[in-house]
Amino acid sequence: MKFLKSIFFIVLVSITLNSSVAKEPSEFISEITDTASDILKQNISIEEKAEKLIIIAEETVDIDGIGLYSLGKHRKVINKEQLIKYKSIFRKYFLKSFSSRLSQYSDPKINVLSQNVINEKYTIVSSILVETSERPEIKIDWRVYTKNPENPLIRDLIIEGLSLARTQKEEFNSVIQGANGDVNALFKNLENFNSK
Amino acid sequence: MYRIFKILIISLFLSTSSFAGSDGENELSKNQNGQVVDCFETINRGVFAFNEGLRKIVFEPLAKGYLYLPSPVRTGTSNLLNNLTNVVTIPNNLLQGDFKLAAKNTARFTVNTTIGILGIFDPASKLGLNDYDREDYGQTLGRWGFGEGCYLVLPVLGPSTARDTIASVASFSGGDAWYNITVRNDTHHVSDFDYYLSRGTRGVDFLAKNLGALDNLEENSIDFYASVKSLYLQERRKQIANADEITETFDDSDWEEIETQ
Repeated sequence: MKFLKSIFFIVLVSITLNSSVAKEPSEFISEITDTASDILKQNISIEEKAEKLIIIAEETVDIDGIGLYSLGKHRKVINKEQLIKYKSIFRKYFLKSFSSRLSQYSDPKINVLSQNVINEKYTIVSSILVETSERPEIKIDWRVYTKNPENPLIRDLIIEGLSLARTQKEEFNSVIQGANGDVNALFKNLENFNSK
Repeated sequence: MYRIFKILIISLFLSTSSFAGSDGENELSKNQNGQVVDCFETINRGVFAFNEGLRKIVFEPLAKGYLYLPSPVRTGTSNLLNNLTNVVTIPNNLLQGDFKLAAKNTARFTVNTTIGILGIFDPASKLGLNDYDREDYGQTLGRWGFGEGCYLVLPVLGPSTARDTIASVASFSGGDAWYNITVRNDTHHVSDFDYYLSRGTRGVDFLAKNLGALDNLEENSIDFYASVKSLYLQERRKQIANADEITETFDDSDWEEIETQ
């Protein structure tokens, strides 16, 4: 009985500790960049690197949130069915594009510098991609969604002050506008990209 | 030609008046929220395609060749071209009322042009005169409250706006000392060729530094034209606001609406 009580106590404490420890956004970004850097350093093929990076992205990036943001004003007019379809296509698009962009880097070193809490939902973490002989130092800011502090998620990457999410939103808007407001044109373009 | 110029002027003033009532510089830029009208989209896309062809056929091979130059030669070239931009930056610092920065950039320009041998070396940075940010007449108009007007893609020169295109007239009308001594006046020391060579080299230097990034962007875009347009407009807003953070120049409300947790 005493043994069972001890086990129960240990389990209870560990659950309580796990659930109450909120991750600092800067620490969260440090962990991710270190893990990604380790993967990119490995002597494996680009495809293998991409696969590993996708696993990290699925756990740490708010892909649905970025997808909704990228739709901009059009997210308010699409129906439920279109939204479900869009989320699925966007997820594939995002992961393919993300891994393709990242897996071309080898041994990137990112130093996290500071964090700036904008409000309870967002913190901007500032970091630098250390310069190499081929490229200068690059400033990278991370928009971290902290509504659930125990499970922070990345929502945007701001490279030298240029937001990737905003760029994507304006790109998607251009495609939809070009088709007279038909979101299906965007879906088709994303599907074409995914099948490449 | 006159008609196009008239449309540019009108589009510029229309966008200016729409921001009247804003009470501050950052407020001004935040309200714009990325919505710049692409009045000549069909023509712009055509010019963009032409520029892309030019980039791939002419400028990219040049940039790749440029990368074969020893690193100190590239750094020296980049420094020299950067130093030359001071002749436009300093008058714009003054026009924007930034007298302290104008004095700092003048000191920087003097040190680098003399001790730094025309700017090939950058001793000024070692003396604490670092963090140089280029300014131009388009940025000054932006600081004065003029909106971008229509988005434009210029042949060879690339993305611009009605405001920035009109502002560049100032450079060709006496506002750029380097242009004055090369193209406008015959000084017998430097010629038109030196001006166009410096402009061309600046383009190649920029491309060489961004080769991989541009190809990567093109490969991962579903509308490359729109991506370049967005990045250009974001960069200009940031330059005009002299902001380091995107949150200072763009409205965040769209992010606030999205709940996934």
